[in-house]
Amino acid sequence: MIMLNCEQVTVLCSEELDRRLPVTDRVALRLHMMMCKGCSNYRAQLGVIRAAMRHYAEGGASTIEDEDGTRP
Amino acid sequence: MLRFAQLQLRDPHAAEDVVQEAIEAALVNAESFAHRSSLKTWVFAILKNKIVDHIRHRERVVTISSLIEDGGDWDQKLDELFVEGGFWKRESRPATWPDPEASMASTQFWAVFEICLDRLPEQTSRVFMMREFLGFESDEICDTLGLSTSNCHVILHRARMRLRQCLETGWGRLGE
Repeated sequence: MIMLNCEQVTVLCSEELDRRLPVTDRVALRLHMMMCKGCSNYRAQLGVIRAAMRHYAEGGASTIEDEDGTRP
Repeated sequence: MLRFAQLQLRDPHAAEDVVQEAIEAALVNAESFAHRSSLKTWVFAILKNKIVDHIRHRERVVTISSLIEDGGDWDQKLDELFVEGGFWKRESRPATWPDPEASMASTQFWAVFEICLDRLPEQTSRVFMMREFLGFESDEICDTLGLSTSNCHVILHRARMRLRQCLETGWGRLGE
């Protein structure tokens, strides 16, 4: 199993939002996350950015507005 | 609405055009508004479609060279973040951000968020907005802009990294 450094992990954290990663990458990512708080935070932050963009695209900036519950 | 269109299209005239088209379309189709969503959400969905149409019809103005120029200071930026072996420098290690739900309810978060979006280099921003704002699949972005798959992924990666860096500085560390 290839050990990834943090820089490589940030690349995969972005790519997993756009395509399904090969299983080797997913395992390597999971292993790294168990050992590295910085990268776990990084991944969570990308999740926040995605959620925020979704909210923003729905015109919901500054107010929580999700009454129809259809957030994809 | 103008602000949304402007952020995506980076062209004030085109932005005004799509907003006008969206409002007209909303008025014409007012009867089909089913109250399943809020009016605001509905109108923005129309606006989004208009922006997508506009981008699809626009010539391929983005050249690969302009995208690579966008990343001119990239290597230097990475050097600032990582030590030689590619691990986080202590001072640049990503922090634990405040609770996302609470953040998105705060106007301060959105103020910082908009500033950070504005700061993305123009072409990088265009690709990122197509992905995250308009909801294109990355393959579709590559095709539309004539980019290779790996270029697309690199640009999206840079956009996200810049954005999180900006958010962390402007907002994420406030709670510490």
